[in-house]
Amino acid sequence: MNTLMGQPHNGRFGEFGGRFVPESLFRACEEVESFFEKFWADDDFVEEYRQILSEYAGRPTPLTHAKRLSSQLGVEVFLKREDLTHTGSHKINNVIGQALLTVKMGKSRIIAETGAGQHGVATATAAALFGLECKVYMGEVDVKRQALNVFRMQLLGAEVIPVSSGSKTLKDAVNEAMRAWVSELDTTHYCIGSVMGPHPYPYMVREFQRVIGEEASDQFRSQHGGSPDFVLACVGGGSNAAGTFAGFVDSTAKLIGVEPEGGAAIGKGAPGVVHGMRSNLLQDEFGQVEEAKSISAGLDYPGVGPEHSYLASIGRASYRAVSDDEVLEAVVMLSRLEGIVPALEPAHAVAYLAREAGKEIPKGSKVVLTMSGRGDKDAEVVASMIGARLGER
Amino acid sequence: MISLESSLELKRLQGSKLLVPYITGGLDDEWTDVLRAVVDAGADAVEIGVPFSDPMIDGPTVQEASQRSLDRGTTPLSVFSELRGIDLGVPTAVMTYYNVVHHAGPKRFAGWMVDAGVSGVILPDLCFEESDPWRSVADALRLETVQLVAPSTAEDRAKKLCDASKGFVYAVGVMGTTGERANVQESALEIAKRLKSLSEKTILVGIGVSNPEQASAVSEFADGVVVGSALVRRLLEGQGPKGAYGFVSELRSALDG
Ligand SMILES: Cc1ncc(COP(=O)(O)O)c(C=O)c1O
Repeated sequence: MNTLMGQPHNGRFGEFGGRFVPESLFRACEEVESFFEKFWADDDFVEEYRQILSEYAGRPTPLTHAKRLSSQLGVEVFLKREDLTHTGSHKINNVIGQALLTVKMGKSRIIAETGAGQHGVATATAAALFGLECKVYMGEVDVKRQALNVFRMQLLGAEVIPVSSGSKTLKDAVNEAMRAWVSELDTTHYCIGSVMGPHPYPYMVREFQRVIGEEASDQFRSQHGGSPDFVLACVGGGSNAAGTFAGFVDSTAKLIGVEPEGGAAIGKGAPGVVHGMRSNLLQDEFGQVEEAKSISAGLDYPGVGPEHSYLASIGRASYRAVSDDEVLEAVVMLSRLEGIVPALEPAHAVAYLAREAGKEIPKGSKVVLTMSGRGDKDAEVVASMIGARLGER
Repeated sequence: MISLESSLELKRLQGSKLLVPYITGGLDDEWTDVLRAVVDAGADAVEIGVPFSDPMIDGPTVQEASQRSLDRGTTPLSVFSELRGIDLGVPTAVMTYYNVVHHAGPKRFAGWMVDAGVSGVILPDLCFEESDPWRSVADALRLETVQLVAPSTAEDRAKKLCDASKGFVYAVGVMGTTGERANVQESALEIAKRLKSLSEKTILVGIGVSNPEQASAVSEFADGVVVGSALVRRLLEGQGPKGAYGFVSELRSALDG
């Protein structure tokens, strides 16, 4: 039996995960797996990775006691500040790891899919840092609603390829990146941006993100003692949540992932197979994948990482959903009470907390919440939704 | 139900090169007429796509056809029910993505195949290591699960996949998605040679075989070809059963020539 959030057995988390890929990609997945296993066990590699995270990406990030928010909600809230990393989201932790691996594998190019553009920006950044060629696949809908990030990627020297198939969002960007990868395997590493895809990606990405949870758990213990009562994180593919949960899974803390109402793969989906993995998936009665609908491009994904399906199935973590309106309220609340403008994604976790403080989260609870990214990229979307109203206040 | 494997093998042993056209099920009102047309034109079996929302290994042509078909309301059940009444005289195989099977459940999906008289199935994203739940059901009902082997497949694995494959062995001709290519890729010839030396089974090359010249070049080494995008493009252009008949006839003469 594997320990919880340890190494998956045969690429599986319980009955989830696996490697559902076309035969053409089988060898590439095996190659990524064997390089990752080799280097993740190599102290020099891990040291190099850690050093880049600290000297370049700004780790460790602080754990901030959000005092005004706490007194308003009647619970003690501690924010794990991934928004303060270089490029402004937790995505950098994963791409530094995978870019370093790309170099070790002797490959010169890196490709990625992106939704909000945060993973694309992070990948473009790491590509510049390591001198790799970079292409980012992005749904046409997202290219429009995340224009600032498109420009950032281009500025960093990456080529952004708009994807016009299917729903023109993140799921289609994944398909297109996989298609491109098949014909470029010799030169190219596919840097998946969340804990999803075929084995070893869900495992590898979680390992590169576990730094969030390990830091947060140490910081909580040394600043306040013991462990928190609740750990909250938003869930799109689920990488910031998986990284966070990894640091607390052996503690008594209750783990809660927060999904968007329109993309609640665990809340409303059923087990399915897409993008190389078996996991919960929004789908119709014949197994056609349904489009997710969320205000947040980073959570607009009909599937979820397989380890979350597993943690939900054994009851170690629970998953809740919030509406777009609740999220917008949360953006305003955190901005005004703490001077922290959150990205729409982690604002989902804040929205859940605001709704459930005193209910599912009893008064006086100690809560660690991962602030996975900063809100600059969403300014335009938020302004278009509630800008006029803000002016009146 | 005609066995794909014995039917193809018989023709192969008689010295014929094999031709298996692919068409997207439910593409338009005429798709079953297209089936008959390609058989009349000399197809030895037909591969029928059950459209999926996320066709990961398909290029733009099959993507468009899948979307068009889904937009018309095509479901696995509608494809199977239209196939039920048809006697083509050659075996058929469905090609779809694993979630369609997984969601129905292997037993139910297999039941649909049996009802519709479909002999084989090609599930390109069902990696062999993940295929036990499906194959155990399919094997018991004598449904033939075709394995794909790619240029990147290592030698021992290629052998294992050939041994496990039923119906025929689908040799992936290029490292890439389905779609037309200007020239025959070296990789298509190489994989045909490699698999012929590994296995006694029928080896058909698919992906990137786009015209009569390419079909005959590849069949120097392979037992025949699967032709998809080049035919589907003609259907998307509205060439209908007539156009399909013409194109498949050209492929047939090239293979017989
Ligand atoms: C700030 C931020 N948080 C969260 C996510 C969602 O990803 P994940 O669920 O993998 O953490 C994204 C994705 O773009 C993001 O930009």
